[in-house]
Amino acid sequence: MTASRLQHTVASGVVLLVAALVTYISFTQQPADAFLFPRLISIFFIILAVWNFARAVSGVAKVGTGLNATEFKNILPGLIVMIVFVFLVAKSIGFYLSSAIAFMIIYTLYDPAPYSDGKAWGKRLIVTVCFMAVMYCLFALLLKVQTPSGILF
Amino acid sequence: MEFLSYFGGVFEPTAFLLLLGGTIGGLILGATPGLSPTMAVALLIPFTFHLSPTQGLILLGAAYTSTVAGGAVSAILLKIPGAPANIATALDGNAMAKNGEGARALHLSFLSSGIGGVIGVLLLIFLTPVLAQWALAFSYSHLFWMAILGVTVIGSLDSKSFVKGLLSGCIGLWLSMIGFDDNLGAQRFIFTDALAGGIHIIPALIGLFAIPQVMEMFAKGRNNAAIEAIEVPKQSLMDSMKELTRNVRALSIGTIFGSIIGIIPGVGGQIAGLVAYDQARKFSPDKDKFGTGHPEGIIAAESANNAMVGPSLVPLLTLSIPGSPTAAVLLGGLIIHGIFPGSDLFDNHPQVAWTFINSMLIGQILMVIFGIYTATWAARIARAPMPIMAAAVMVLALFGSYSVQQSMGDVYIMLSLGIGMFFLEKFGFSAAPLVLGLILGPIAESNFTTGSLISQAQDGPWVYFLTGTLNIFLIALVFASVAYSFWSNMMHGKAVKKMQEAAS
Repeated sequence: MTASRLQHTVASGVVLLVAALVTYISFTQQPADAFLFPRLISIFFIILAVWNFARAVSGVAKVGTGLNATEFKNILPGLIVMIVFVFLVAKSIGFYLSSAIAFMIIYTLYDPAPYSDGKAWGKRLIVTVCFMAVMYCLFALLLKVQTPSGILF
Repeated sequence: MEFLSYFGGVFEPTAFLLLLGGTIGGLILGATPGLSPTMAVALLIPFTFHLSPTQGLILLGAAYTSTVAGGAVSAILLKIPGAPANIATALDGNAMAKNGEGARALHLSFLSSGIGGVIGVLLLIFLTPVLAQWALAFSYSHLFWMAILGVTVIGSLDSKSFVKGLLSGCIGLWLSMIGFDDNLGAQRFIFTDALAGGIHIIPALIGLFAIPQVMEMFAKGRNNAAIEAIEVPKQSLMDSMKELTRNVRALSIGTIFGSIIGIIPGVGGQIAGLVAYDQARKFSPDKDKFGTGHPEGIIAAESANNAMVGPSLVPLLTLSIPGSPTAAVLLGGLIIHGIFPGSDLFDNHPQVAWTFINSMLIGQILMVIFGIYTATWAARIARAPMPIMAAAVMVLALFGSYSVQQSMGDVYIMLSLGIGMFFLEKFGFSAAPLVLGLILGPIAESNFTTGSLISQAQDGPWVYFLTGTLNIFLIALVFASVAYSFWSNMMHGKAVKKMQEAAS
C-alpha cells in the first residue's frame, strides 16, 4: 500500500469511526423522539462513510493531496504553539499577554530571517507590540469585550 | 420599487462609515494572498454582533463585494490570486503588469468589476421579492427539503468528490445536533462540558475557515521567498474607460455568465471567472492574444466574478440556500441576529433586507473608486510576511470567537474544528458543505419535527413529506444535484485516465 493510499485509508477510517459512533448513539439513546432526526441523518452518514472507506481501501479515493513529511514538519511547531496557547495558557495568564507571546513565537518560528539577526528581533518585537495595541483598542476599548485577565493581563 | 424608499438608511453616518470601512478593509484583505473572502467575512462576524442587524449586514456585504474585487490586485501585481475567483484574472493581468501596463490592468479590473457587480445587485433587487413571495407557499415539509437541498447542492457541487462533499454535509448536520434538544431538553452528543451549549455558529465559522488557512501558512515553513510586486507606472483612467467601451463584448459575456452562475447554488466565483474567460476567448477575434496580456481576459473574468456576488444572494435571501461559501457565512451572520431568510426577512424586516441590498449597490461604486486609488497601496500591504499574517489571524480568531459569548468553550470548539478541518481538507473534504450542514441543520430539524407532529393528525409522515407537487419537485432536485455530481465525477475520472494513458 502506498503512503498516499494509507493516509487516505486512515482519514476515511477516522470518519467512518465518527459516523459509527454517531449512528450507535442515535439508535441507542433515549428519549427516542429526541433522536428521530439524528437517526435519519446518521443512516446517510454511515452509508456514505462506508462507501468512502471502501473507495479509500481500494485506492479509488484520490481527491485531496494528503500530507507529506515536510509539510507536517513545518506545521508541527505552529500547531503545538496554537494548542498550548489556546488550551493551556490563554485563560490562566491572560488573553493579551499570552496572545502577544504566541504571536511573537509564531512570527519567530516562521520568519525566514536568521535567529542571530538582532535587527530582525527588534522588528518582531515592534510588530508584536503594535499588533497587540490594535487588538486592545478593537476588543477592549471599542467592543468592550471582557477577556480573561488570568494572573497577569 | 420598494427598495428605493430604503436608500436613506445606507447614508446614515454609522452605516455609511461601516460601508466605507468594509470596502477599504475588504480590498486590502482581498489583495492579501492566503486570506480568502470567506475567511475575511467569517473573521468580521464577531464585530457585527455588537452592531444592529442592518449595520452588521452592511459591513459583511461590503467586505464580501470588495474582497472578491481586491483579489485582482495580487492576481495582477503578484500573480497570486487573492481569492479563487481571481484565478482567471492572473492569466492576462500579470502579463499586462509585466508589460508596464499594471495601472491599466487594475483600472480595467475595477471598472469591469463595478459594472458587473452593479448589474448583479440589480438582478438581486428584482429577483429576490419574486422568489420570496414564492417561498410563502412553503409548508414545513417543503422547508425541510429546502434545507436538505441546500446541503446536497453545496456538498455535491462545491467539492471535488461528491461522496466527500456529502459526507462533509453530514458531519455539519451532526455538529448542529450537539447540545440540548430544543423540544424535549434531552442531551445529545455532549461528550464534554464545552459542548453543553451546542456549537455556536460563529466560533465554528471562524475555526473552519481561518484555522486551516493559518495551518496552510505554517505548512510553507520558514523559507518563504519574498514576494516581489511589479512597479505600477501611472496611466490615464480616461484611457482605461475608453478601452472598456471598446470591449463591450467581453464585459457582456462576463456579466451574463457571472450572473447566471451566481444564481446556481454552490458554484461560486472561481467557476464564474474561468467560464467567462473561456467564453470571451471563444467569441473573440483575438483568441491567440489571451494569456499574453489581453484586456478582454481581465474584463471578462473580473466582470464575471463580481456579477456573481449579487445573484449568489438570491437563493440565500429567499430560500436559505447560499450561492457560494461566503454567502453561507453571510447566512450565519443573518441568523445570529435572529433573522431568517425568506418571506420573514422581507415582510418583517424590510428595512434590514433592503438597506443591506442597497448598500451592496453603493458598495460597488465605492469599491471602484477606492479600488482604483488604493490598489497599489493595497498591493504593498498584501506583501506582509506570511508569519505575521498567520500569527495575526490566529490571535484574531481567538479574540473573535471568545467575544461572541465570552466563553472559553467557544474558543476550544473553534480551534478543535479548525484543526480537524485542516486535516479533512487535505483528504478532499470541504468546509462549505460542513458549514451549510451546521447552519441548516437546526432549520431542517425544526421543520422535520413540526412536520412530523402535523402529519400525525393527517395521513402520516410518508404522505406529508413525500407526496405533493412541490415536495416531489424538491426531492427530485436533491437527487438531481447528487446525480449530476456523480456523473461529472465519473466524467472527470475518465478524462484523467485518458490523459494518463496518453502520457504513458
